[in-house]
Amino acid sequence: MLVDYIPVGIMIVFGVAFGLFMMKASEWFGPKNPNEIKQSIYESGMEPIRSARERMSIKYYMVAMLFIIFDIEVVFMYPWAVNFRQLGMFGLIEMFIFVAILMAGFVYVWKKGALKWD
Amino acid sequence: MNFEVVFFFSIAALAIVSAILMITQRNPIKSVIFLIVNFFCIALIYLILHAQFIAIIQILVYAGAIMVLFLFIIMLLNLGDESALTEKIGYKKTIAYVLSAVLLLEIVIGLSLPWTVAASRIHPNANEIGTVEAIGKSLFIDYLLPFEVISMLLLAAIVGVIVLAKKKFQ
Amino acid sequence: MEIIITIIKIIVVLGVMLGCVAYIVLLERRLSAGIQNRIGPNRVGWQGLLQPIADVMKLVFKEDIVPTKANRFIHDLAPIISIGVAMTTFAVIPFGDRINLFGYDIKLQIADVNIGILYILALTSLGVYGLTLSGWSSNSKYPLLGGIRSSAQMISYELSMGLSIIGVIMIAGSLELDTIVEAQAGWRWNIILQPIGFITFVVAAFAETNRLPFDLPEAEPELVAGYHTEYSGMKFALFYLSEYANMFVASAIITTLFLGGWQVPFVHSLGLPDFWVSVIQVFGFLFKIILIVAFFIIIRWTIPRFRYDQLMNLGWKFMLPIAILNLLITGLIILLI
Repeated sequence: MLVDYIPVGIMIVFGVAFGLFMMKASEWFGPKNPNEIKQSIYESGMEPIRSARERMSIKYYMVAMLFIIFDIEVVFMYPWAVNFRQLGMFGLIEMFIFVAILMAGFVYVWKKGALKWD
Repeated sequence: MNFEVVFFFSIAALAIVSAILMITQRNPIKSVIFLIVNFFCIALIYLILHAQFIAIIQILVYAGAIMVLFLFIIMLLNLGDESALTEKIGYKKTIAYVLSAVLLLEIVIGLSLPWTVAASRIHPNANEIGTVEAIGKSLFIDYLLPFEVISMLLLAAIVGVIVLAKKKFQ
Repeated sequence: MEIIITIIKIIVVLGVMLGCVAYIVLLERRLSAGIQNRIGPNRVGWQGLLQPIADVMKLVFKEDIVPTKANRFIHDLAPIISIGVAMTTFAVIPFGDRINLFGYDIKLQIADVNIGILYILALTSLGVYGLTLSGWSSNSKYPLLGGIRSSAQMISYELSMGLSIIGVIMIAGSLELDTIVEAQAGWRWNIILQPIGFITFVVAAFAETNRLPFDLPEAEPELVAGYHTEYSGMKFALFYLSEYANMFVASAIITTLFLGGWQVPFVHSLGLPDFWVSVIQVFGFLFKIILIVAFFIIIRWTIPRFRYDQLMNLGWKFMLPIAILNLLITGLIILLI
């Protein structure tokens, strides 16, 4: 069983090695004459003002948290979909109840305005 | 020593090293990266145990979803200067050390008991049990009620998210 | 022996993929030029065919600039994550049937695993880190905005992506991509059986690859270049390459799931020997991929960029309910037939 995954492992090693090599290529072959202005961050040609690490809108956290919850919901659907034909109508009703409860939550989120971006 | 044993011990060692690195990093983003490495090691250990589905879910949900939230929070909380985060040794840290020591002792005792060896022997049908098909069958037939209860749990989590962030968007 | 064959397969696949990606860049430039009534790069070699090589040479000899304020370790790590994810996703995609070469019976798929589709989804979800970390590590405003936007966008569309696949899994009854392709033999392609699933998947694929109309992470009028503003030389090239590699892989996944994969209709009625049938199938697969890539490029110059609130609304309020409805209806239809 583990043997099935060896090619995946080799592939990952190749992919990462390619990335590493390409990243280093610029360091090896490219010129190196850094100066202060070149290495400063880009801000439309102005002197950078304040730190870049500002606080962000809470919307982004909301999206991330809701994503986790719905992602878990989707994860439960994979084993269900694989066995769908064996489970038959019983399975469909089962999943319908599961989805209906979560959709109630989804409607709640929607009505509360958490999905509203402006 | 066969391949699987060698593989297990190298992955286990990597898991421990990445866990230690995660704790000792000053920069919280680097901690997140080492925690992701740690999750990968755990996924590989699941794979050694023939639990393919759980292994990929470990990556999909933990490394792919939950850690994104961690990253968001660390990135956006404006931690600014990382050195400001250094903790002082207080009673919290002392308690944490004591608890960790107790846990370690527990693991050592647990592993040395004779019955754990018998229990850890691999199931003869391990290869079939770990597949998605087998998990689906037991989840949707034998464990029907727990499955439906999970939806209630997730619903509670959705409501929790809204309540946590409510003041901000109204 | 088995392992040597595997390594050869991987090298060939990655080589073909990189070659294709290099020429997709050229294709995009020529096609865009055509759409905008320009000529596009046509000086380097015949019809500009050596242009990709010239571009790579130029980028290799560029200076690697890292801002002093940036976090060096993460700044270096981000492009590696991006390209690594883009290149390794192909591992589970079957690109042909079995082929008999030099006396060896070779399966034209790198890894045939039980959880094929989930492997693709897991890697897609890891792709978020490349963009987010590059945005954060630069310690600059535009990249940070681009990185945050991209991660929120990608996780939102991952949901509809995962949901729209479920209909396909229900029809094939397996997560193995091989089985899914075989279930689509003849003309039983999933695009016909799952039209709504196909549309939601393609839209989600556009969002996941950050292509127009969803290229908010690098929207040049507002964010300069988005998450890779502070990158130069080969590190920038890696982001560029991974964007096109992602497009190639996304097209391959769309082909595998909805367009019959390597299946070429009527190829068996031609009476060719097995070897040539397999070869035709591999090229048929490649041909389908290139068609979808061309579709990606044409869409880029057809539909204007979405606004961020429109993007999020589309993802959460439209795609998600539609995808869930689709899979319940699919279930009902399967049971009634």
